[in-house]
Amino acid sequence: MSNAVVHADSHGQAHAAHHPALQHHFDTMGQQKEAAVIGMWVFLLTEILFFGGLFMAYMLYRTWYFDAFAEASRSLDIFWGALNTAVLIASSLTMAMAVRCAQVNKRMATVNWLILTMILGAVFLGVKVIEYSDKFEHHHVPGLNYKWAAEHPSTALGAGAPAPVAGAGHAEPAAAAAPHRELSLSPEQLQLTTQIYFSLYFTMTGLHALHMIIGIGLMSVITWMAWKGKFDAEYYTPVEMSGLYWHFVDIVWIFLFPLLYLVERP
Amino acid sequence: MSGHVSPVSLYVTIFLSLMVLTAVTVFAAFVDLGPFNFFVALVIACFKASLVIWFFMHLKYQSALTKLTVATGLFFLMILLTLTMVDYSSKGFTPMPSILQ
Repeated sequence: MSNAVVHADSHGQAHAAHHPALQHHFDTMGQQKEAAVIGMWVFLLTEILFFGGLFMAYMLYRTWYFDAFAEASRSLDIFWGALNTAVLIASSLTMAMAVRCAQVNKRMATVNWLILTMILGAVFLGVKVIEYSDKFEHHHVPGLNYKWAAEHPSTALGAGAPAPVAGAGHAEPAAAAAPHRELSLSPEQLQLTTQIYFSLYFTMTGLHALHMIIGIGLMSVITWMAWKGKFDAEYYTPVEMSGLYWHFVDIVWIFLFPLLYLVERP
Repeated sequence: MSGHVSPVSLYVTIFLSLMVLTAVTVFAAFVDLGPFNFFVALVIACFKASLVIWFFMHLKYQSALTKLTVATGLFFLMILLTLTMVDYSSKGFTPMPSILQ
């Protein structure tokens, strides 16, 4: 059994009987696929915890400085956020269709769905560019040039009024009664605390956009491979894995949209 | 072995559900529910994420081991979020709203 010739023989037979994409350390295509799926999910779980830390920071600061988050969130345009949500959900559908076409051996359909997915991803990033440049114009990027000008100046407390920095917001029974309720933060406090919101906004959407860019890069390789005919109904694992990644990025945005754009809109 | 092939109609149904739920999210945000606005938004987002994970990411058709792997990760995310919030809200050195104290 330790004879190298015997090994070469059985290996040669294996090649004759098995799919060319089956690597020698797996017994069957099913086993190889299962290993890839679990491996990809484990990677995505590390990504979930990676974004989870940011969501944790968001939750805590939103609780502490709710009024700042509500005010800053109102400066975002719901239209762009909702449009991007729709674009990403549509791109998840096209990605799912790409995987499905790979499963049923439709080579060109797979390529076309992947290209459509990349186009939708590019549309999302384009909208993000519009939103970011708007934030730069309004000096809403945290840092030296940051300048918070209240959208509704009448709502903020006067400069001299003493106000608790945090602990307000939800706790006040009349707090959310009126759309332009009185805020618990002075303009000076808003100048400081809204920067926390925008720091989280740019970190979270920026990391999300980085994942989108990586996803598009990944998909362009997969598209090329699909076009070259590297996949069939037995072996389409790379298409499915990049699909898992793309859907994960979609899920992150499903949470980012309500958390960043819809803090307090009534 | 080529994995489960979902019908196109299922994908379209999930897509339309996600679109409707997005509209519901935006609509619900403009209804004044006080602190519950946050929970409504989170519940809808969790439901949308579940649809994506279950059908688009094919978790429904994966092995029990894969499902357990995913559940373990989500469990650890819950630990990260809840225990950190419990820690902060039970300490006196940070200002928390009365509902969390």
